[in-house]
Amino acid sequence: MLKITDLVKEYPNGLRALKGVTLTIADPGVVAVIGPSGAGKSTLIRCINRLVDPTSGRVVLDDMDVTALGRRDLRKARRRMGMIFQEYNLVERLTVMENVLSGRLGYVSFWQAWRRRYPPQDVAAAFDLLDRVGLDGRENTRADALSGGQRQRVGIARALMQRPDLLLVDEPTASLDPKTARQIMRILVELAHELGTPALVNIHDVHLAQSFADRVIGLCDGEVVFDGGPADLTAEALTAIYGEEDWSATIRPADEDDENGENAAVAEAV
Amino acid sequence: MTGTDLTPADLTGPRVWKRFTPRQSLVRFLWYLGCVALFAWSLSHLEIPWFYFLDAHEQAADLLTRMFPPHWDYGAEILDPLLETIHIATLGTIVTYFIALPVAFLAARNTTPNGVTWLIGRFLLVASRSVNTVVWALIFVAIFGPGPVAGIWAVAFRSIGFMGKLIAEAIEEIDQGTVEAIEATGASRMKVLLIGVLPQVLPVIYGTTVYRWDINIRESTVLGLVGAGGIGIELYSAINQFQWADVSVILGGILIVVLISEFVSAGVRARIT
Repeated sequence: MLKITDLVKEYPNGLRALKGVTLTIADPGVVAVIGPSGAGKSTLIRCINRLVDPTSGRVVLDDMDVTALGRRDLRKARRRMGMIFQEYNLVERLTVMENVLSGRLGYVSFWQAWRRRYPPQDVAAAFDLLDRVGLDGRENTRADALSGGQRQRVGIARALMQRPDLLLVDEPTASLDPKTARQIMRILVELAHELGTPALVNIHDVHLAQSFADRVIGLCDGEVVFDGGPADLTAEALTAIYGEEDWSATIRPADEDDENGENAAVAEAV
Repeated sequence: MTGTDLTPADLTGPRVWKRFTPRQSLVRFLWYLGCVALFAWSLSHLEIPWFYFLDAHEQAADLLTRMFPPHWDYGAEILDPLLETIHIATLGTIVTYFIALPVAFLAARNTTPNGVTWLIGRFLLVASRSVNTVVWALIFVAIFGPGPVAGIWAVAFRSIGFMGKLIAEAIEEIDQGTVEAIEATGASRMKVLLIGVLPQVLPVIYGTTVYRWDINIRESTVLGLVGAGGIGIELYSAINQFQWADVSVILGGILIVVLISEFVSAGVRARIT
């Protein structure tokens, strides 16, 4: 369970990216965080594993206060939180397998990492994950030879190699075309449900959020302005999050299925 | 202003466009003037004895006739010193590799542990680069005595600054997102350097090492002039004894070695991906 209380982040340039965010994620499932650019979505996710240090407030994962940890304990805490990035952030010159296994770096020694001698069960788990994300047989391909969608599959596998208690996902599809974006979201959501891992997903695309999330949190100007199910995302809710706009084309009718959503996404791209 | 109420050209004449304002033109002119003044000052300060240059072309022609034909039999004797020169460059580069790498990580802002270590790293780079290889050689000849060991250390000490600086710059330009991703797995600082940083700069490390080896071969050819081993000793004694036919053989030998090393270095660097 993740409990965030009164989280504030003020950057040195005076920008207050988070103005007291409080939220609890108790159930496994996918929580989409939507909101305009600059709303603090990335900052929120980065404050949870402290890639960004919050100014004040608490982040508690199960019984551990992440905000109070020293360097060594923070590293142990980070092992429990897998992270997936918009730009994939793979080590481009390493192979797919080396990238996936880097998810175990918190557990192996420096010399094991140096000689790429990961424990056999880690290697077996990596092969299984590569099968699951649809990259079987690509373990020796260098990451810089992959397409965007393939790179994000590696990113997902790397995060899941940590066997995390929580997935932090920062705009996983923003650099992908609509079709690939849906494929990636589908893989992510399936695996998160299957493993029972709660996932906090920053996402730009309201359609995608509605199609794949179990819960949607709306962030605007560093504050939570919406928290509800995907069906609760009415025009009023979207106005509260993003501001005034004609939302009639954006809102997905509750009975519309995924495939129609996919068509809509393709139409948008055209 | 809209398009319709433009003043007709026949009333005011064609519109004028100039690349520079008068002020900009003046500043540019002053820069040119400054360069000419610098040139004139340097030339006058050196008090060059122009008189000696009147017969320079004759001296050069005379030297050339003494250098040709080259003393080809001498070629067999310089093979060994030429090899020694290459070995000094190679060993010096290997020593540099192991010292420059940690120094580069100290001197790069994004990998150095703190401000003090950064200053130490930067100081080592500047200190190494501010002293010429020949001067390093003089120092190491004083320490180790004459011979190739002094040459190896001279080459290494000069190269640390060169390689360390280029590698440190490459480290500062890496994709920080990758580093973030490795940090997010809970990896320690050393493991972040190993997996997140090192693979990104490896092409630069290999490239600069081979490039520096190539430069070091050229630098090693003069180390013998100060007693630090290699072909330079032969060159020095041949010139001192006015054996110009030998000198031409040595220069030819150096040329061939340098050509080969440049060819190898360029080939290797082109293959690094």
